[in-house]
Amino acid sequence: MNWLLVIIGAMVGAPLRYLTDRTVQSKHDTVFPWGTFTVNVVGCLILGLLTGAVTAGAASSQVQLLVGTGLCGALTTYSTFSYETLRLTEEGAGFFAAANVVASVVAGLGAAFTGAALAQALWA
Amino acid sequence: MGEARPRTVNGPTDPDVDLHIPAQRRELRHGQVPVIAAVALGGAVGACARYGASLQWPTTPGTFPWATLIVNAIGCAVIGVFMVVITDVWAAHRLVRPFFGTGVLGGFTTFSTYAVDIQKLVNSGHARTGLAYLAGTMLAALAAVWIAATLTRRVIRWRAQR
Repeated sequence: MNWLLVIIGAMVGAPLRYLTDRTVQSKHDTVFPWGTFTVNVVGCLILGLLTGAVTAGAASSQVQLLVGTGLCGALTTYSTFSYETLRLTEEGAGFFAAANVVASVVAGLGAAFTGAALAQALWA
Repeated sequence: MGEARPRTVNGPTDPDVDLHIPAQRRELRHGQVPVIAAVALGGAVGACARYGASLQWPTTPGTFPWATLIVNAIGCAVIGVFMVVITDVWAAHRLVRPFFGTGVLGGFTTFSTYAVDIQKLVNSGHARTGLAYLAGTMLAALAAVWIAATLTRRVIRWRAQR
């Protein structure tokens, strides 16, 4: 059952990442990987909120597996993030590569903390 | 429109389609279903591998999340090899990259658990461990993708010269 929850979550999260990335990438004309940035930050916000909800007893461990491990885990990615950073470096866009690293970490952490604080305010 | 534009860094899954041209964007809808199915299937495989690793090596609250770091570093090393191979040598079926690159590796690695684990460490009074994890994962991931891509290119060049 637990595995099934992870599978269902991932089967939603991974295509959602793909479609979001394509939509975002078609709407701007810069070398910055906004698509991956977007899914990662959104995923951090959702997981922060969810983890806070689980801690407060407002969400079950099943929801954690479905939405956390499955959906958020598959929605966000470290491999594409690091590969895109490498590509930017190799193409001579060192500034964008550094900006991608800093912005992803700062925004991702900000989203995780915001989600956790929001959960605290809502359920604690 | 005709001016040179740097290629998008995340090299489109379908390189024949330029997402910046509206008419070509429409082209995407044709044949999108198999691609999305491949991504979903791959994502499930990758997520299961990550879940399995987290069960095998559970992280005690307040300690360094080694399992997630290793999962992310492995995923980054594999994408470094995969992208070089699929770009330089292997004319793979059009569903291989969505399945393996976007699906399996994207589902295997995670950014959300990385960020939330740091938040948990900081909030539970383990800020130093959180900071070490933040920097450690970043360094391991970037080093892994860079070393893997560089070595793969070197092997390909060496094999071509023989």
